[in-house]
Amino acid sequence: MYETFEQIHAFISQPWPWWMGGITIGSTLFLLLYFGKEFGLSANLRTMCAADGAGDYADFFEFDWGKQGWNLMVALGAMFGGYIAANYFGGDGMAHVSQATVDTLNQIAGQDLLTTKTVPLIPGKDVIHDDVPAFWNLYSWGSLFTLRGLLIIVGGGFLIGFGARYAGGCTSGHAISGLADLQIPSLVAVVGFFVGGLLMTWLILPHILRIGF
Amino acid sequence: MKLFKYMVVGFMFGFGMWKLEAISTFRIIEMFHFQSFHMYGIIISGVVLGIIITQLFKQGKVKTIQGITHTFNDKSHEWWRYILGGIIFGMGWALTGVCSGMMFVLMGSGYTVFAIFIASAMLGTFTYGYFRKVLPH
Repeated sequence: MYETFEQIHAFISQPWPWWMGGITIGSTLFLLLYFGKEFGLSANLRTMCAADGAGDYADFFEFDWGKQGWNLMVALGAMFGGYIAANYFGGDGMAHVSQATVDTLNQIAGQDLLTTKTVPLIPGKDVIHDDVPAFWNLYSWGSLFTLRGLLIIVGGGFLIGFGARYAGGCTSGHAISGLADLQIPSLVAVVGFFVGGLLMTWLILPHILRIGF
Repeated sequence: MKLFKYMVVGFMFGFGMWKLEAISTFRIIEMFHFQSFHMYGIIISGVVLGIIITQLFKQGKVKTIQGITHTFNDKSHEWWRYILGGIIFGMGWALTGVCSGMMFVLMGSGYTVFAIFIASAMLGTFTYGYFRKVLPH
């Protein structure tokens, strides 16, 4: 019995292949539609603003946000999912990116970000084995006191929040729900996501990563 | 209890996204450098299944839990907002390597600094709401 449990645990803990994405996203979309709702996580940001009284400043936030509680629960569930996955089914904790990406990372990240063959799933997570210290130490409270960390955490968050509402949806609202409904506006938005993403990745991010303070 | 089922859905989604490594900045960089099929596979397989699911609901072959046919709203044809908003969102997505769903997953997996990221995203959403009338849509 215990051995079976261990086998199941080991099976889930290995990195998942891409087609599991179809199953995960498909079942999420199916269940939310079945419950009579829609799949779109960035709408929560609007709800959270409205709940904090943003309606006093812009009528965009004057809506019946009390009815959006279900979507906040989806976000809360996603937080628990991340907690359980990271702490109990984390596997080796590595992002199994291609060798080409490892080379690219070493190229675009300055010398203070260490050269290593192993890439942790999350930047800032310590690589325990060998003598390789943290790679790309960004996701920590301390990095808020560096210009690079501030730009990436505060700046990135702002762009996400602003852009998602401007475009009327994010990766879940447009790239999944919208494309699944064959909406041309969503296709335009997704092309926009990629144009912005390519501009940032190729032209701007390498310069931000080279900021040494 | 009525809301609990949504938490279960969110749990599945968050757990899956973590295991698929979609929460990793490095996966996002890999995607924008076209160095692996992984992220494209996740999105494409999700969309293909999504099209089938959406059609089942649209044609009324699957009813919602309330026993009615799900209604889908067509998105408005305000092209500038999709182009400009899309580019701004994409830049944020690539800068941190995190999108608006993944920020909750990361926060849950112990990176509490994402409270700041989420607060900043709320500020971004507020800024949009405040200047909405002067922005081209």
